[in-house]
Amino acid sequence: MERRYAGRSAAPGIALGAIFPLTTGTGTRVFSGAAESEAEALRLALNAALTDLKGFIERSTGDAAAILEFQVALLEDEVLAEPAFSAIAAGRAADHAWRQAMQQEIAGYEASDDENFRARAADLHDISERVLAHLTGAAIETTVPPGAIVVALDLAPSRFLAIDWSSGGALALTAGSTTSHVAMLARSRGIPAVVGLGVDLAQLNGQALVDAHRGVLIVNPGPTARAQFERDAKAAAAARSLASAAALEPAVTADGTPIRILLNIADPRELAGLDPAICDGIGLVRTEFLFHDRQGLPDEEQQYSAYRQIAEWARGRPVTIRTLDAGGDKPIPGLTPAGESNPFLGVRGLRLSLAQPDVFRAQLRALARAATHGDVKIMLPMVTHPRELVAARRMLDAEVAALDAAGIPARRASLGIMIEVPAAAIAADQFDADFFSIGSNDLTQYVAAAGRDIGAVADLADPTQPAMLRLLRWVVDAARVQGIEVSLCGDAGGDPRAIPLLLAAGLRSLSMAPALVGGAKLAIAVIELGAKVESKPWPT
Amino acid sequence: MTTIAPSDSVPKTNATHIGSALLVNDVGLHARPSVKLTQLAKRFGAHIEFAREMSGPWVDAKSPVKVMRFKAAKGEMLHFRAKGADAAEALAAIVSLVERGFVTEGEESSQPP
Repeated sequence: MERRYAGRSAAPGIALGAIFPLTTGTGTRVFSGAAESEAEALRLALNAALTDLKGFIERSTGDAAAILEFQVALLEDEVLAEPAFSAIAAGRAADHAWRQAMQQEIAGYEASDDENFRARAADLHDISERVLAHLTGAAIETTVPPGAIVVALDLAPSRFLAIDWSSGGALALTAGSTTSHVAMLARSRGIPAVVGLGVDLAQLNGQALVDAHRGVLIVNPGPTARAQFERDAKAAAAARSLASAAALEPAVTADGTPIRILLNIADPRELAGLDPAICDGIGLVRTEFLFHDRQGLPDEEQQYSAYRQIAEWARGRPVTIRTLDAGGDKPIPGLTPAGESNPFLGVRGLRLSLAQPDVFRAQLRALARAATHGDVKIMLPMVTHPRELVAARRMLDAEVAALDAAGIPARRASLGIMIEVPAAAIAADQFDADFFSIGSNDLTQYVAAAGRDIGAVADLADPTQPAMLRLLRWVVDAARVQGIEVSLCGDAGGDPRAIPLLLAAGLRSLSMAPALVGGAKLAIAVIELGAKVESKPWPT
Repeated sequence: MTTIAPSDSVPKTNATHIGSALLVNDVGLHARPSVKLTQLAKRFGAHIEFAREMSGPWVDAKSPVKVMRFKAAKGEMLHFRAKGADAAEALAAIVSLVERGFVTEGEESSQPP
């Protein structure tokens, strides 16, 4: 029988295929009932987790290896699993016993007054999840069949990237968020995704249809739903072929105004097979990918080689790389503070970088070195006060001078800021930046005081509401007065419905996921900007 | 998994050696320092423990989990006691590691990231 589950669209598109469940560490496991076999299961899982970690260490260097060695030391210590083995002896199932023991251990860390100890709770959490994944069999690498509808509670970015999406398919997450790293990757790859379905994974099997435009998952679709799918698929295929032809054309409005089209990239692997000719450069490289592979922090060399690879791909086109934007909904174990009551208003973005100067310096050095291989620009996220920009610039200048003194090739790349905190948007004229890039996702949610991933208020988080359009115009004018470039790199930048309003607000440079370039260029081609664009500074 | 050897190489002599050291490194007995401490302690057969007060409670210096649970911060005075054949040597090595701020050869600082 047909069943419909409503969620939120995290990446547009439609797909029909066989459901393929990917369980995570929170999957279920059948209790054997015998204490001895439960204890043996836990021992095997502990050993398997240890083998994973030791494998990661072999591929890591410096700080990354040190963090993993700490996890290995804890996991090798029999004291860690003692309470779990006692609970198993008393009749508990291995996964429950382990989870409870680790929750208690983590609580001990989180209760500390010392921030350094609280931050280590993330390492314990990592260990806990890794062992659980082995206990529940979730860690066994499975090959996803081509074109499958992948269903999971949530998905780690590395697992998304490990799946071969070349034959299509879709992603349906029972939990998950539209702003998560995996949601960004799905948008970038053009893989339809719905999240927040709020259904038990065990109920999902058979054939399914993902309609990510409407944000629904339809299990065992009936004839009506299938017929609708056929019509939608035909229309989508026609739009796609039009868009892919348009992607290589220049972006020009109906009345001849050229628009700069830049790409948003969350992982260098996205660039494989992409022709740089579809864009005028890269407007946003999210660098969190380097910090998210659960293998600790990347060192300067790893970062340099990743940034250099992106700069070389662009063949002389500008590449704007954003410094680490961790925190908020993007925590990084061991780096971002744990237990903030409101992480979106806490130590995130540049605030975190300035609080972790060693991590920030390594990134600035890697960026300055990569800047010798292309037109690399450095962009700071979550800038709130001009003094933060001053502090970051001082650090960048000092690192460039140190590299020069050491005879290491480096270039002082231009340094710009994201405009995503309302304070920075309102006082944009006060920032002595080399360029602005409007982060419309965060700016919208801070201006509207409404999170995009909170379904009940998502309607209020509209990037084209009057308050936003006024702010955009004001920021564009501030940039014009200062003679610096301004672009927009939120999801609105690639949304054909938002683009006319963004251009009317004065923007002439938009950055978007690669899959959206063709559609955006088609939308731009029919826009009549008129003889004069209304762009009075606000307030007058 | 490695088993923590219950001190079967212990004790030729039952003398307990005692020493103290101030935690001088910025982050205290934190992730990387705790790994260094337990790795060093495991190189010795002696039973090695540490505490905030001489009256205890005493903590096994070879267990990273217990060392982390102890949560020693910068500026705290730690007391060590070791029992076993190589207790004197073990104690000297550990006190020296703590006093050096957990800096080991080839490193400039013991700061974790």
